[in-house]
Amino acid sequence: MPVLGVTTTVAGPVIEAALAAPVHPAQQPPPADPATGLALYVPLVLLFVLAAGFAIFSVVIAPFVGPRRYNRAKLDAYECGIEPSPQPIVGGGRMPVAYYLTAMLFILFDIEMVFLYPFAVSADALGVFGLVEIALFIITVGFAYVYVWRRGGLDWN
Amino acid sequence: MTRLAQGTPVQELLADDPLWLIIGKVIAIFALLVVMTLFMIWFERRVVARMQHRIGPNRVGPFGMLQSLADGLKLAFKEDIRPVLADKWVYFLAPVISTIPAFLAFAVIPMGPEVSIFGERTALQLVDLPVGVLVVLAVAAVGVYGIVLSGWSSGSPYPLLGSLRSAAQVISYEIAMGLAIVSVVLYSGTLSTAGIVEAQAHGWFFWLLPISFVIYMASMVGETNRAPFDLPEAESELVGGFHTEYSSLKFALFFLSEYINMVTVSALATTLFFGGWRAPWPLSAVGDGVLNTGWWPLLWFLGKTLFFLFVFIWLRGTLPRLRYDQFMRLGWKVLVPVALLWFLAVSTIRALRTTQGITSQQILIVGGILLVALLLVTFLLPDRAVRHEETELPVSGSDYPLPPPDLKVPRTPRVRRELGGRHHREGEGDSVPAAQDTGRTAIGSGPGRKEDGDGTP
Repeated sequence: MPVLGVTTTVAGPVIEAALAAPVHPAQQPPPADPATGLALYVPLVLLFVLAAGFAIFSVVIAPFVGPRRYNRAKLDAYECGIEPSPQPIVGGGRMPVAYYLTAMLFILFDIEMVFLYPFAVSADALGVFGLVEIALFIITVGFAYVYVWRRGGLDWN
Repeated sequence: MTRLAQGTPVQELLADDPLWLIIGKVIAIFALLVVMTLFMIWFERRVVARMQHRIGPNRVGPFGMLQSLADGLKLAFKEDIRPVLADKWVYFLAPVISTIPAFLAFAVIPMGPEVSIFGERTALQLVDLPVGVLVVLAVAAVGVYGIVLSGWSSGSPYPLLGSLRSAAQVISYEIAMGLAIVSVVLYSGTLSTAGIVEAQAHGWFFWLLPISFVIYMASMVGETNRAPFDLPEAESELVGGFHTEYSSLKFALFFLSEYINMVTVSALATTLFFGGWRAPWPLSAVGDGVLNTGWWPLLWFLGKTLFFLFVFIWLRGTLPRLRYDQFMRLGWKVLVPVALLWFLAVSTIRALRTTQGITSQQILIVGGILLVALLLVTFLLPDRAVRHEETELPVSGSDYPLPPPDLKVPRTPRVRRELGGRHHREGEGDSVPAAQDTGRTAIGSGPGRKEDGDGTP
């Protein structure tokens, strides 16, 4: 422990430990017990079980409590009263490509966003070095952003 | 690592919760969310009704408060329809997938500090995870699956279009939301929601990060598909959006998850920007902060959350729906770059303050000079060129282009055929007055037609 010193942030000790001279394995702090780490999530699992139970119960019970009056038109796809169009959608149909594009861009920017989180948590420990690094990172992704913008990837008709 | 292992004070407080208390909290959160949903549906109908000079539901229960409960019960006894083209399993699974994450996200929201329940000391929060904020974002992302799958599995065009729109919308605004939250994390130095509330003891992040707050507000409305961003269920275009083909309790589950998501993002806004469960300023000074202890904070928390929920309704009652391209432009071309630049600016200021010992006064002075310089530059910029289309195209009062007054309309083939012998070569380019000379109009107006009909043998 004395090797690590006292810092204000969570990631501070990690950085210092990495920067410090090689430490003998025996002197390193033991890793956090995985059991206590996972134990934190037990209430979340309980809430999941309750929510899932409620939702599945509702879906399963619905056909039994409701009436059942057969009418073929009722089971057709709803298109405001007109005859349902031949399905262009299910099974290899087409849809606007812009949606795929948005999904791809989402992955790009979501990953950028997720990378910003660890930086934000440990920004104080990283100081100016970390700031320059993250600025370079944002600028690099910014090139992709500008490229997509110029190519019309963000336009919708 | 030391702090992760030991945990924050709230984590330690929660760590020794007995099982009965955890189960009690789980049930309490579940009940709170369901009751909030029922309340919100009634509240929304009443408030929107007042905004539109109507009365709203006022028959069932006092002030009509039980209306949404009655509606829910009625939905349970409606016929459960499964369209023939629907994919059976996914169709049943989609409402479940969209409901579960809606409930889960609320688990990390801190609703109050240390309290004593039946002699057991605990915090008014189910879990305080070291990655609390990320859990909310992750769970919100899973909720998109419910929407996409419901639209896909319905086997019907309107739900599919609605779900695609909805998914694109939610993921687009999730980026803006995440980038707005990053700034908060930067200042709190932790992802734990209880830690973020703790960091706001001496001032809400709303004052410190106003731009983040505005971006968060915009993206939280976009993320929950609420008016004016309710394009996935634009009635005039897509009937009901992704849940068009759903009925009975499955429809109710979608409704439930939408309202729970509203409550969750409002609670998250309270936690991130409005000081969480902390009493607002004049009250926080009362009696040496006594109103920040015990069960009082639950009141402030619910009050602040209700304020945000009211803003949702206010927006719905005030603003018209955006067009889809405008909406996506706002998300991708305004909110994302502004959020990124704001984050860069905030982290620069933060780094300068912590490492270079620059005071906030100096930063404010430099920032003010930069702002004035920027304003001067904008004054020097030339105005956007005025378009001169008006002179080229005569425009009617309602901006629709009118045909030019000297428009030459080519004659109909029939007129040309009848005139054929006499005006052999002139026929095609003949002007309108020439056509009137022969007793016919080129366009074939009413009287001309009649004459024409009489004249033909």
